[in-house]
Amino acid sequence: MIEARNLRKTFNKGKVVAVDNVSFTARDGEITGLLGPNGAGKTTTLRMLYTLLRPDSGSMRIDGIDPEEQPLSIKRALGVVPDSRGLYDRLTARENIRYYGKLHGLKKADIQRRIDDMVEILGMSEFIDRRTTGFSQGQRVKVAIARALIHEPRTVLLDEPSNGLDVMTTRALREFLRQLKARGSCVVLSTHIMQEVAALCDRIVIVADGKVAAEGTADQLLARSGEANLEDAFVKLIGSAEGLLA
Amino acid sequence: MNAVFLKELLDNFRDRRVILNTLVIGPLMGPVIFAVMISFMASQAAERMESRLELPVVGAENAPNLIGFLERQGVLIEEAPENPEEAVRREDEEVVVRIGADFAEDWEAGRPASVEIIADQSRRYSGTTISRVRSYLNGYSQQISQLRLQMRGVHPEITRPINSVVTDLSTPESRGGMVLAFLPYFILITVFMGSMHMAIDTTAGERERKSLEPLLINPLPRWQIMTGKLVATTFFALATLALGLVAFVYAMGFLPVAAMDVALNLDFRVAALAFLLVAPAALLAAALLTILASFAKSFREAQSYMGLVIIIPMVPSFWILIDPSRAETWMTLVPLLSQNVLILELVRGEAINWAWFGYSIGTTSALAGILAAVAGTLYNRPKLIFTSG
Repeated sequence: MIEARNLRKTFNKGKVVAVDNVSFTARDGEITGLLGPNGAGKTTTLRMLYTLLRPDSGSMRIDGIDPEEQPLSIKRALGVVPDSRGLYDRLTARENIRYYGKLHGLKKADIQRRIDDMVEILGMSEFIDRRTTGFSQGQRVKVAIARALIHEPRTVLLDEPSNGLDVMTTRALREFLRQLKARGSCVVLSTHIMQEVAALCDRIVIVADGKVAAEGTADQLLARSGEANLEDAFVKLIGSAEGLLA
Repeated sequence: MNAVFLKELLDNFRDRRVILNTLVIGPLMGPVIFAVMISFMASQAAERMESRLELPVVGAENAPNLIGFLERQGVLIEEAPENPEEAVRREDEEVVVRIGADFAEDWEAGRPASVEIIADQSRRYSGTTISRVRSYLNGYSQQISQLRLQMRGVHPEITRPINSVVTDLSTPESRGGMVLAFLPYFILITVFMGSMHMAIDTTAGERERKSLEPLLINPLPRWQIMTGKLVATTFFALATLALGLVAFVYAMGFLPVAAMDVALNLDFRVAALAFLLVAPAALLAAALLTILASFAKSFREAQSYMGLVIIIPMVPSFWILIDPSRAETWMTLVPLLSQNVLILELVRGEAINWAWFGYSIGTTSALAGILAAVAGTLYNRPKLIFTSG
C-alpha cells in the first residue's frame, strides 16, 4: 500500500516545478494507473517513491515505511521497472537477472528458483541463456521485469512499461500484471496511453502539469466528468488531449 | 559489493576490446617502445663513435701539414661542396671545415691561424661529430705549440699550470639509470592504461546503457556499489601493471646493454619491489579516472577526458628528465613523483631506503583513499544518475 501526500519536487533551484502537491493512494490487490501526458510529472513522482529523488516537501509511506528515513528497506520492499531498462549486453539474460538477485542478497538456490519461475511466467525460455546484445524491445522489457521482481516484492512500480512493445508482448505484460494483482500485490504503473488504464487499472490517477487532476475508478471518473466514454472524460478532466495516446 | 566486483570482472572479461587494450597492448606498449628507443639510441651512439670520420675540407691546399696530420689520425678528407653553408643547411653534410687563404701567412707570422668549422649546432646528432673534429684540431694545435716552445728552449709543461683529470665514479648501474630515465613513466602509465577502459565502462558506460538507474534501485548503499566498481577497476590496473613489469623484465634481456656499458638492474626482484611501489598508484589512477568518467554522459565524452589525464604521470617523468637530481626526502612524499624517483633508485641498483618506500606508499595511498572516498559519494548526486536531466 502506497500513500503519497502533497508531494512537491522542483528542479533548477525551484524554477521548474515538476511535481506540485501530488497525493494519491494505491491499495494492495489493485492496479493503480498514473495517467498523464509526457512531462506531467509521473516519472518524477515514481522516482521519489523509489528514493532516487527526495521530495522538497510532502510525505510518503509504503506499507507504513517512510522512504526518506529507511531507503534501504523501501528498496527491498519495492520492485521497480524504471523508464531506463538498460541491460548488460555482454551478459546473458540469466546473468543479468542473477546479478540483481545477488545485489538483493538472495541465496543462490532462491535466485535459481525465481529465475525458473519468471522464465515460465514471462515466456523467456528461448532467450534466457543468450547474451542480451540484439534483444528485441519485448525481450528486454521481460528481462528488466524479471530482474526487478527477483526478490518477490509486494509492491511493484512500473514506469511506462508498455513503451515500445508490440501487441502480443503488451498482452502478455497485462496478463502478468493481473497475476500480480491476483496475488495481492500493490501495482502502480505510469502511462500516457488511455487504452492501458482503461483495460488494466482499478484506480486511475490523472496527472497533468505536476498536479493530480482527478482520482478514482473508471466509473467514478465518468460520473464526475459527465461524459459517456473514458476518452472524453480524460480529455475533459485534463483540459486538453495534448500528449495523450488513444 | 562483492557481487558488483564479480559482475564487473565477468562483464569486462567478455569484452575483447578490454582484454586487448588492458591486458595486451597496455603492458606491452611500454616495454616495446622503450626497447626500440634504447636500442636505436645505443646503435646510433656506437655508430657515430666508431665509424671513420669523413670530413669535407675547403681550402685543404692552404694547410697541407694539418691535412696530413688529420689523415694520419684516420680522417678521410673529402672534396668540399661548392657552397659549404648551403650543404650543411640542406643536411648533405654534417660538418665542413674551411681553411682560409691567409692560413699559411698567419702561421708563418706566428699568429693564431683560423680554421672554421661549419655546422648546425641545433642538430643534436651533429654534436658528436663537431667534438671529434675539435679534438683532432686541438691535438694538432697542442703538438705544434709544444714543438714551438721546445725550439725556443722552454719546457712545454710550463703552459700547463693545471692538469685536470676526471675520475669517473659512475657505476654501470648508475649509467643505466640515466638511460632509463623514462622507465618509471612507462611503468606508471600501465596503471592508467589498465584502469581507463574499466573506469569508463562502469560509470559513463552504465549511464549510456541506461542501466545505472535500475542498478541504484537495488537495496545497497550507493558507496558500496561504487566501491565494488572501484575495486574491479583497480584489479584491472594491477593486472596491467604486473603484466607490464613482467614484459619489461623480459624486454631487458633483448637490449644491447653490454654494448652501452651500462647495467640495467631490472630483474624479478626489482620488478616485485616496483609493483609494491606502484600498487597504491593503481588505486589512485582508478579513483581519479572513475571520478572523471562519472561526469561524462557517454563513452566518447569520457574518452576525450582521458587523453588529458594520461599527461599527469608524464609531468614528473619529464621533470626528472630535465632536472635529473638525486632523490631527496621531499620527493618521496609527492605521489607519482615518488614512484618515478624510487624506481630510478631501484634500477640504478642503489640500496633500498625503506623509509622512503614507506613515505611514497603512504602518501600515495592517502591521496588515493581521498579520491576513492570522493568517488563513493558521487552517486548521491541526482545529476549523475539520470541520463536526461
